[in-house]
Amino acid sequence: MANGNTSLRERLSEATDKLASSSFVESVLRPGSPFKKGYSDSPRNRSYVIMNNVLYHLHPVKVKRHGVKLSYTLCLGGLSFFLFILLTITGIFLMFYYAPTVENAYTDVAALSTSVAFGSLVRNMHRWGAHLMVLVVFLHMSRVFYHGAYKPPREFNWVVGVILLLLTLLLSFTGYLLPWDQLALWAVTVGTNMAGFVPVFGAQVKFALLAGAEVTAGTILRWYVLHVLFFPFIIVLFMAVHFWRVRKDGGISGPL
Amino acid sequence: MADIPEDLLRRSAEAKAKALGLPVEQVLAEMKGEAPPTPPEPAKAAPAPEPAKAAPAPEPAASEPVTEPEPVAPEAPAAPAPVAAPATAAADVDVDELLKKAAAAGGLPESLVKRSAEAKAKSLGVPVATILAEMAGEEAPAAAAAPSAAPAPAQSQPAPAPAPAAAAPAAAQEVAAPAAVAVEDKPAAPSSNGGSNGSANGAKAAMVSPRPVAPDANVPEGVRTQRLLTVVKARAIQQVKADPTDKVNTWPHLMIAEFTALLAMTAFVILLSVILQAPLLEQANFNATPNPSKAPWYFLGLQELLSYFDPQIAGVTVPTIIGLVGFMMIPYVDRNPSTKPSDRKFAIMLYTIFLTGSATLTIIGVLFRGEGFNFAYPWRDGIFFDDLKDWVNFE
Ligand code: HEM
Repeated sequence: MANGNTSLRERLSEATDKLASSSFVESVLRPGSPFKKGYSDSPRNRSYVIMNNVLYHLHPVKVKRHGVKLSYTLCLGGLSFFLFILLTITGIFLMFYYAPTVENAYTDVAALSTSVAFGSLVRNMHRWGAHLMVLVVFLHMSRVFYHGAYKPPREFNWVVGVILLLLTLLLSFTGYLLPWDQLALWAVTVGTNMAGFVPVFGAQVKFALLAGAEVTAGTILRWYVLHVLFFPFIIVLFMAVHFWRVRKDGGISGPL
Repeated sequence: MADIPEDLLRRSAEAKAKALGLPVEQVLAEMKGEAPPTPPEPAKAAPAPEPAKAAPAPEPAASEPVTEPEPVAPEAPAAPAPVAAPATAAADVDVDELLKKAAAAGGLPESLVKRSAEAKAKSLGVPVATILAEMAGEEAPAAAAAPSAAPAPAQSQPAPAPAPAAAAPAAAQEVAAPAAVAVEDKPAAPSSNGGSNGSANGAKAAMVSPRPVAPDANVPEGVRTQRLLTVVKARAIQQVKADPTDKVNTWPHLMIAEFTALLAMTAFVILLSVILQAPLLEQANFNATPNPSKAPWYFLGLQELLSYFDPQIAGVTVPTIIGLVGFMMIPYVDRNPSTKPSDRKFAIMLYTIFLTGSATLTIIGVLFRGEGFNFAYPWRDGIFFDDLKDWVNFE
C-alpha cells in the first residue's frame, strides 16, 4: 500500500470488499442476502434469501414444484402485476409533462413526441402496456377458470379477481380520454353512452362519470384524478388482498 | 421388538440403564431377549431412598409387560403376591392422603402437586410418597411410606407403582380434553393481575381446571386468583395440514422464472413501442363526430351487442348483471368439486362459448364495422380502427 504499486484492479476489489463489510452495507442487507460477503448456495441460504427479503411479503420460502412450471400459470397473474408496475413507472413519467385541462392536454401529449426525450417511447409503452394488461388479465382469468382454480377454498379470490378485472378496465378507460384527441373524445362518448343505459339512474350515472351531461372540461380533470390516483390506489388494495389470499388459500392450486 | 430401529432401541436402553443403574449392554441384551434379565444389584436397591430405582421400569411401556421383562420379575416369586397387594393398597391410600396434605400446604391444586411430585420422584429416583411427604411438610417420609418400603427392597417396589398407574389416567384425561387450560390456584391479593389476564385471552379455550380443586383453608374464598399456565388450543385458527407435497425453493427456482418473464415482457413492450406509434388524432372536437365512433376495443364486443339488442338489455343488463355479478358468482354456482377437465365438461363448454363469443364480437367490432357501424369487409372497405391507425396504415 505504501509503495503505491497496487494495481487498479486490486484497489477496486479492496474497495468493494471494504464496502461490503462496512457497517452501512451490513445494516442494509439482512442476514442471508445473496449480496452479502461470503454468501454460499445451500438449502438453508436459499430459504434465508426469501425469509430475509421484502419479497417474503409476496412469496413463501418454498412453492409447489408444479406451480413453478411456466406451463401451469403461464405467469399471467405475475405479468398482470408486473404490467401494472410498468404502467405506474411510465405513468409517473408522463405526469411530469401533462396537465389535465382542455387547453393543455392535447398539446402536452403531442409535445411528448417532439420535445421530450424518450417521450414518444414512454407514451407508447404506457399505451401498449395498458392494452396488454387488459389482455393479460383476461387471459389470467381464463387460465384460472380452465384450471378450476376458483373452487374451494379459492372462491373468494375469484371474486377479488373479478373486481381487479373491473378496475383494470376502468383504469384503461379513464386513461383513454386523457390525450383529448378525436379518438379519446368519441370512444369515451360511446362508452359513457352505454353507461347511460343503466336502468332508473342511467342519467345520474352518466352525469357523475362525465361531470356533466356530456364530455366536458370537467370530465378531463375528473378522469385524470380517477386515473392517476383513485383507481391505482383501489387496485393496489385489492391486489394486496388477492396475493395474500393466494398464499392463505394454500398457494397455487393443484395440478389437474 | 424386531422392527424397532437399532438407534431407537439403543437410546431407550441407555435411558433405562441409567434409571436402573445397570450397564447399557445388559439392558440392551435384555430388550433383544438375548440374555436372561438380571436382578438389580442389591447394593443399589437396598438403601431406603433408592428402591425407586426400579420405579421408572413400569413406565408407560408397562402396557406390555411381557415383552419388557422387568428386572424385578425373577425376584417376584420370592415375594408372595398377597404381600404385594396390600402394600400397594396401603401405599395408594397414603399417597392420596399425602397428596391432599401437600396440596393444602402449598395452596395448589392436587393435580398439579401430583404431577410435580411424580416428576420430581422420577428424576430423583425416590418414591412419590417421599416427595409428597416433604411437600406436605412432614419431614419423615417414613411415617407414610417407610413401614413397608424400608425393610425389604422387594416390598418397596409396589410403593412407587401406583404413581405411574395413576399418571396414566391423568394423561389420558388431558388428551381427551385438549381444550383445557391448566390453571394454578394461588392465594394472592385480589389486585394481583397475574392470572386475570388469562381470562382476557382470546383463545377459545375454557378456563377450567382439569380436576376439582380442594378448597384451601388458608385462603378465603374470592381472594384466590388463577394463573394461566398454558393454553392448549382445541383447533388451530388455520388448518395447518402438512400434507407432504413436492416443493422447491422460491429462490432460485420461482424467482428466476419470474425474473425471466419480467424481462421478456419488458423487452416485448419496448419493442412494440419502438415499432408501433400510439395514435394521436386531431384535437378533440365536439362538432366533428367521427364515422364510425368506436369504443375502446375491450368494449367493442359490448358495442356490437348494443347494435343487435335494445340498449336497455345490451348496454346494462348484459355487462353488469351477467358480466360482473354473474362472474363473481361462478364459484358459488359451480359446486362441482372436481378440477379434472373430464368432470367439468359443461363448465368448460360454457366458458369456451363465452370466450369465443366475446372474441368473435370484438373482432367483428374491430374489423368488420365501417361507416355508421354498418357491416364492412376490411379487405374491401378498409379497417376502421384508430387504435392501430398507424399500424393498419403501415406502408
Ligand atoms: C390486476 C389484475 C390481477 C393480478 C395482478 C392478478 C395476480 C395474480 C397472481 C400473481 C396470481 C398467482 C398465480 C398466477 O400467476 O396465476 C393470481 C392467482 C389467482 N388469480 Fe389473479 N390477478 C388479477 C386478476 C384476476 C382476475 C380477473 C381473476 C378472476 C376473475 C383472478 C383470479 C385469481 C385466482 C382464483 C387465483 C388463484 C389461482 C391458483 O391458485 O391457481 N385474478 N392472481
